[in-house]
Amino acid sequence: MNIHEYQGKQLLRQYGVAVSSGLVAFSPEEAVKAAKELGTDVVVVKAQIHAGGRGKAGGVKIAKNLDEVRTYAKELLGKVLVTHQTGPEGKEIKRLLVEEGCDIKKEYYLGLVLDRATSRVTLMGSEEGGMDIEEVAEATPEKIFKEVIDPVVGLTGFQARRMAFNMNIPANLVNKAVKFMLGLYQVFVDKDAAIVEINPLVVTGGGDVMALDAKFNFDANALYRHKDILELRDYDEEDAKEIEASKYDLSYISLDGNIGCMVNGAGLAMATMDTISYYGGSPANFLDVGGGATAEKVTEAFKIILSDKNVKCIFVNIFGGIMKCDVIAEGVITAAKEVGLQVPLVVRLEGTNVELGKKLLNESGLNIIAAGSMADGAQKIVELVG
Amino acid sequence: MSVYINKDTKVLVQGITGSTALFHTKQMLEYGTKIVAGVTPGKGGTEAEGVPVFNTVEEAVKATGANVSVIYVPAPFAADAILEAVDADLDMAICITEHIPVLDMVKVKRYMEGKKTRLVGPNCPGVITPEECKIGIMPGYIHKKGHVGVVSRSGTLTYEAVHQLSQEGIGQSTAVGIGGDPVNGTDFIDALSAFNEDPDTYAVVMIGEIGGTAEEEAAEWIKANMTKPVVGFIGGQTAPEGKRMGHAGAIISGGKGTAAEKIKAMNAAGMEVAATPSVIGETLIKVIKEKGLYDQCKTH
Repeated sequence: MNIHEYQGKQLLRQYGVAVSSGLVAFSPEEAVKAAKELGTDVVVVKAQIHAGGRGKAGGVKIAKNLDEVRTYAKELLGKVLVTHQTGPEGKEIKRLLVEEGCDIKKEYYLGLVLDRATSRVTLMGSEEGGMDIEEVAEATPEKIFKEVIDPVVGLTGFQARRMAFNMNIPANLVNKAVKFMLGLYQVFVDKDAAIVEINPLVVTGGGDVMALDAKFNFDANALYRHKDILELRDYDEEDAKEIEASKYDLSYISLDGNIGCMVNGAGLAMATMDTISYYGGSPANFLDVGGGATAEKVTEAFKIILSDKNVKCIFVNIFGGIMKCDVIAEGVITAAKEVGLQVPLVVRLEGTNVELGKKLLNESGLNIIAAGSMADGAQKIVELVG
Repeated sequence: MSVYINKDTKVLVQGITGSTALFHTKQMLEYGTKIVAGVTPGKGGTEAEGVPVFNTVEEAVKATGANVSVIYVPAPFAADAILEAVDADLDMAICITEHIPVLDMVKVKRYMEGKKTRLVGPNCPGVITPEECKIGIMPGYIHKKGHVGVVSRSGTLTYEAVHQLSQEGIGQSTAVGIGGDPVNGTDFIDALSAFNEDPDTYAVVMIGEIGGTAEEEAAEWIKANMTKPVVGFIGGQTAPEGKRMGHAGAIISGGKGTAAEKIKAMNAAGMEVAATPSVIGETLIKVIKEKGLYDQCKTH
């Protein structure tokens, strides 16, 4: 789960991590009020969407007076911002962060991620701030430093100091940078973050070390123990179909194609998309109905797939391991009747009682084409779409 | 022979009184798995599916000599269940539970350093040595005893591959589901190395997916160490960047962890990689024929 920059900064403040002062605004009036409250000569008006690259896309404006604040807030609110991370459809700006201007001396990068190879949380830092860290890794990998953290002792003082020196933070500010890093690690573990990126971390003319941006992503599996983080979820930033699917414990991801997919198991669901593409088709979604493909779950899955207007037909691919195929077939038939399914279905069933399952499908009177294998099903559905 | 588990393995079920655990305990018993104990704190002294239940793993091990545990404990408590199995010095703990917070697993892995127990999973279908011992949630009947090892990050794709092999008369020595989480116990290299040393395994199927670099590392290891043919498949060739594809570990981030990179690394290690999951069995058969291993692998 992602949160907005202003929410991330509030979280950092709670942990004594330095961030610039700022207030959230949902309207031009609130933006002006926020600027008045900040009382600085220059304020920055920043679009709050769950995507990076906002500055380059025109989502960050520097205002020198209250009139400019109002003008920029009006311009940004309701605008669809397209960045390299939003996709071509972009994201509508519904919230702004109004922040005090900052006298930036130099920009740095700081991040905490899980390193899968070592199974440890890793601190990453670089003096190449303000740009994509992937680009830095590509062009100048020697400028990225890493500290692998032992969960028993957490990020240690010496590791943070070594990082600060490696990043070429001015010697007189190293202690402030260390305090920043230790606080950042504490937020990360306390709140079960999956990724935290401070890009840029800045050193100011006034001798502060602070976060100019804050990107947080949290481990979805740990949200049950962080009610405060769950409250920060912004449903406007998420795909409506994905939200609906999560209510029924279905794993669904929207894609651009026209072949709806319903599969049991994440690996098989991915492989089904791959197979459809291999035969020249284009999947409309990833959907894992889970191990027990019950009539209720299948019904909800059909409804979600069909709410995508691009869907021309649906490929149901179920490997009925412990679930019997006749039970799954009944589930599919009941669900198809309940939602009044109009589009053609290609169904591939495998597993226990497969013959009985196929017989039930054939006798259902529904527009169902049975497939002998995943490849056969994929070929049949691609032919149907034409 | 086989790897990790066999007909003599004595199994302990952690969280045995939960509904999923009860269902699968019954299935495992029917398959012939020797389940000697169950653990549910507070239910000690009772029975579940005819299996004696204990309050702690330590007690259960003392009373029954169980050496492998299978964990069906709900996600918020599963990491603790793994620690308890490790503390009791079990040979192996197989964690089926999905959705364990990843930072819990980071701590578990640290705790396991230098300890005896091998962890398989979490978020995995388990391990099966056909016709001897089934530990987990996989459908037993699709498996046939034989000489091909299977190691996979995905449950249903393992079933798919095993089913194809069995239908072609190619039995399996052991199938190991290592799970779809970013931090797990047994990895590809552990399982491959066990198959490499098992005299009864002649060839291996390795099924990976997007996310992380475990497949690339395994490919390097295969090139340097593996004496038996390994064929592969990678799921998620068409997955978009930045989206978790069902499994917590199946995500392409910052352009890393793509199927293309993995397939390239596997090809560079001399491995054949199946283009679609429907031809995993076919691909293996082609390779074992080339290596003159087909007759030995054809078990039924």
